[in-house]
Amino acid sequence: MPKIVYGGRSFESGTASVLDTLTSHEISIPSSCRSGLCQACLMRAVKGRVPARAQLGLKPTLVSTHHFLACSCIPEEYMQIALPDDAMHTLFATVTRLERLNRNVLGIWLRPPESFDYVAGQFIRVYKDETTSRPYSLASVPSLDDELELHVRKVPGGQVSGWLFDELRAGDTVKISEAMGNCIYVPGQPEQSLLLIGTGSGLAPLICIAREALSKGHSGPIGIYHGSRNRGELYLVEQMRAMAKKHSNLIYVPCVSEGDALPDCASGMAPDVALAEHPDLSHWKVFLCGNADMVKSAKQKAFLAGASMRDIHADPF
Amino acid sequence: MGLYQEIGGEPAVNAAVDLFYRKVLKDDRIKRFFDGVDMDKQAAKQKAFLTMAFGGPHNYTGKDMRKAHEPLVKKGLNDSHFDAVMEHLGATLTELKVPAPLIAQAAAIAESTRNDVLCR
Repeated sequence: MPKIVYGGRSFESGTASVLDTLTSHEISIPSSCRSGLCQACLMRAVKGRVPARAQLGLKPTLVSTHHFLACSCIPEEYMQIALPDDAMHTLFATVTRLERLNRNVLGIWLRPPESFDYVAGQFIRVYKDETTSRPYSLASVPSLDDELELHVRKVPGGQVSGWLFDELRAGDTVKISEAMGNCIYVPGQPEQSLLLIGTGSGLAPLICIAREALSKGHSGPIGIYHGSRNRGELYLVEQMRAMAKKHSNLIYVPCVSEGDALPDCASGMAPDVALAEHPDLSHWKVFLCGNADMVKSAKQKAFLAGASMRDIHADPF
Repeated sequence: MGLYQEIGGEPAVNAAVDLFYRKVLKDDRIKRFFDGVDMDKQAAKQKAFLTMAFGGPHNYTGKDMRKAHEPLVKKGLNDSHFDAVMEHLGATLTELKVPAPLIAQAAAIAESTRNDVLCR
């Protein structure tokens, strides 16, 4: 009988679903329809193969990051499982370089152990100590970069960002989690138009998704709209302009929402600027990364502008 | 052949869910009931609802319906809002060129949940 491991405990699954197995041991997993439809019981396989039936109806991004529905999953072999955003493994990486990208954003480059595996667009947790960690998106692309790149925004009074800004030095070792998240580029539709909208350090996953798409031969238009309150809070502006110059299907629009109009930036919130330029998003794929309120409202705007829910991917933080 | 197969099964539900959810969110009569909800979770719930209305497989009970809609009833959910949703269900199926007799069957299934949804 296949075993499943969840939360450090091991269970015999028999012919029951993962949801029934866990529930019968009084472990509460969010669930509702129990028919593979409502997706309330979404989980993630850390190890072991997911039966295809348990992924019916899921977005391709969820399928390729080993997510599944607990109510429809009857394990066929050993599986180690977790809730979508719960980190299961930690490992140590070495800091190779630190660079201030602007006053409030620190670039951190890490060399992970060889076993570390991720998909462009995912995030990791960085641990200050056993109980204090924060999620950071990866700006690096696994097929192009040897190192992991993080953009850390300094949060006033922030325990982890404060520590990273003030105490971290090249050569240090930091504890990180395995990569998680499903705001990723899945190849297969190279001509589809991509709209990438981000605020603050949400630029990191956008860079990563754009570079991944271009490296996989994406030929459709890719628009990156990066927003901040003022010019000083934007970063990597020249590098982004250079990247757009190099790829004819890539446009980069820095957006500033406060103060007077600037000659080299669009005025307004990034989602509003993007939607004004692209009012009809039917058949587009949309990525939204950054401030949680921005992501929430932009998701609705993109959907009402015609993007399918299946084609809207978000990484709120 | 059952209604679910006649309408076109899961692909039909997938085609309907974006159209239906967009109509609901654009409707000033009912959109406030969806303020602040997680849109991905809500889209999955809409899919579950449409699957049920299309006569497809589901495990929802009247009790589940009541529990899910109780907070909305407290916010004033009533027959007029239920009617608005029924309107969007019909319009979505018409847009997808589902034959009228099948639309009527789907509407009858959705209609059968009215008392549970409105918690009475």
